[in-house]
Amino acid sequence: MELAQPGQDFLSAQSYNAVFTVHGVIMIFLVVIPGLAAVFGNLFMPIMIGARDVSFPKLNLFSFYIYMFGAVLAVISLFIGKGAPDTGWTFYAPYSTQSGSNVIAAVLAAFVLGFSSILTGLNFIVTIHRLRAPGMTWFKMPLFPWSLYATAWIQLLATPIVGITLLMLVAERLFKIGFFDPNLGGDPILFQHLFWIYSHPAVYVMILPAMGVITEIIPTFAKRKVFGYKAIALSSVAIAAVGYLVWGHHMYTAGMSGTARWFFSFLTFIVAVPSAIKVFNWISTMYKGSISLEPPFYFAMAFIFNFMIGGLTGLILGSLATDIHVHDTAFVVAHFHYIIFGGMGFAFLAALHYWFPKIYGRMYNHKMANWSCVTIFVGFTVLYFPQFIVGLQGMPRRYFDYLPQFQTGHFISAIGAFILGIGFVLVFMNLVRSAKTGKIAESNPWGGLTLEWQIASPPTVENFDEIPVITEGPYEYK
Amino acid sequence: MIHTEHRDDFGAKMGMWLFIFTELLLFGGLFIVYAVYRSQYPDDFHIAASQLNTFIGTINTIVLLVSSMTVAMSITAIQKGNKKLAMSLIAITIIFALVFMVNKYFEWGAKVHHGIYPGSELMLTLKRGELLFFSLYYFMTGLHALHIIVGMIILIVAFVKVKNSKINNSDYVLLENGGLYWHLVDLIWIFLFPLLYLIS
Repeated sequence: MELAQPGQDFLSAQSYNAVFTVHGVIMIFLVVIPGLAAVFGNLFMPIMIGARDVSFPKLNLFSFYIYMFGAVLAVISLFIGKGAPDTGWTFYAPYSTQSGSNVIAAVLAAFVLGFSSILTGLNFIVTIHRLRAPGMTWFKMPLFPWSLYATAWIQLLATPIVGITLLMLVAERLFKIGFFDPNLGGDPILFQHLFWIYSHPAVYVMILPAMGVITEIIPTFAKRKVFGYKAIALSSVAIAAVGYLVWGHHMYTAGMSGTARWFFSFLTFIVAVPSAIKVFNWISTMYKGSISLEPPFYFAMAFIFNFMIGGLTGLILGSLATDIHVHDTAFVVAHFHYIIFGGMGFAFLAALHYWFPKIYGRMYNHKMANWSCVTIFVGFTVLYFPQFIVGLQGMPRRYFDYLPQFQTGHFISAIGAFILGIGFVLVFMNLVRSAKTGKIAESNPWGGLTLEWQIASPPTVENFDEIPVITEGPYEYK
Repeated sequence: MIHTEHRDDFGAKMGMWLFIFTELLLFGGLFIVYAVYRSQYPDDFHIAASQLNTFIGTINTIVLLVSSMTVAMSITAIQKGNKKLAMSLIAITIIFALVFMVNKYFEWGAKVHHGIYPGSELMLTLKRGELLFFSLYYFMTGLHALHIIVGMIILIVAFVKVKNSKINNSDYVLLENGGLYWHLVDLIWIFLFPLLYLIS
């Protein structure tokens, strides 16, 4: 909006900084990291593995409370003290140790939310290990729980690092300790390392459950056994494992030895392999399937399309030479939003439309859902695709003003943002209305085979009257 | 199927082990920072470390090691159904924890008395490496002390539950998990002690 025209339109430079920081903090820590895993994971993972609940229901409730606490803290950071934080969501030192704005509240919010994330991850791991229904071996488990399992490990292994880093940052601000401030002997690059050790894996915390959802939707609507079940299951684990070791690709320009950069670049390319395996397997699953075109399937298609663009541009950023050109430009912004919004966001909408009849026991208006999918997709593309182009032309990110030659791209983006907004209003209207007054849905409207479709909609408190015994794999369509 | 209260001791312990793992990673972040700055400022670290009170540090190490033993013994006692012994062993562990905290208080108090504490005037005049060493010293032992306090609360809860026979010889996983947590606190100290006090 601010960027639709050159020059200052609505916001001052300082409030622009605050707006993108708070947008980042809220979207990343409050929405996309917990979004799919916590919402649909908590609801459907136990059902899909044939359990009555997660292993530690009380811990789950507790993590929800601290999540709410963190959310409140994040919002408070907007209003109290000397103004909203203006460091960007990465809180890079040394600026974050010096900025007069409300960094501490925002950092603590991120810390608290991280703690909530750890507890959820812990809960999921134990649940999947211990509560699978009798007969459900690891390789008879549906693939959404598989992706959550990989996600949970990342949450568990990576979050503590950012936790301690953010605590050090708070201590540094309070007591002038100088861990990261070069004036006091510290090293700001160290902060970047510690930060990205968590925050890159966090991207996989966002995208892995999204991939899991898509892997559920495609066999259901193609009525075919998923192609390469084991490959998809293990590629989730591979992404988690390798994804843990690629944080350095955020720092090519920050100062690292050539060997380290080469190494991180190599690993970044490696991590693209399991992602590509998944894409190929989804497409192969559809081959010769009897595809029924329902709204969740459309969202899933949009996901695959966006994810491919996002993934391939990721390789441009992952290779050393090209990254130097596009580092910290709108190209990065576009890449990131293609993965997170085009990927995780669309998968969230797909999951919402897929499981909606199960959650509420009612069906939404299919025609309107299809239209909202198209509107969002068009709005999304119009909004973010031009960002690739202005990025390549050299538009830096996080700038509140720009040179005239970037105007066309930004103007198109602004139009896309409006279309996108309309799309979301459509989704919202459709789903809210249908939750109250929609047609009563049967318990298995899509003809799915996983366990959640075999019980009543909405599910009863304990999910199953009798725990099922599993004898075959989850996608045995005949 | 008769629906019974779900109980999974193995799962509960597994959850605790995973949690301990995250705690280790939490301190792991600090150990990395320590390693980086130690290699950057070896001389300053050497000088600063020699100013720490190794005697109190040693006492505290012994206190924690013994308390780890007593908490382990209390678990064995409850397994054998000896409620009274278990209660007194937990109580002894809590007392050891208190002793540790009192020692810490005196140790920190002496440092603060000399003007060495985060944010003090004197600290900012020290050499960069020394400043970082003392900052890390306060941060690491402070975080550890926080864990001691949490551990004490867990042990007090366990004590009350043993007293009310909520923890008994057929259901003692809570005490086991409390014990695990206490061992973790002990283990972290085992690493902090040489890093901060002994290497100089």
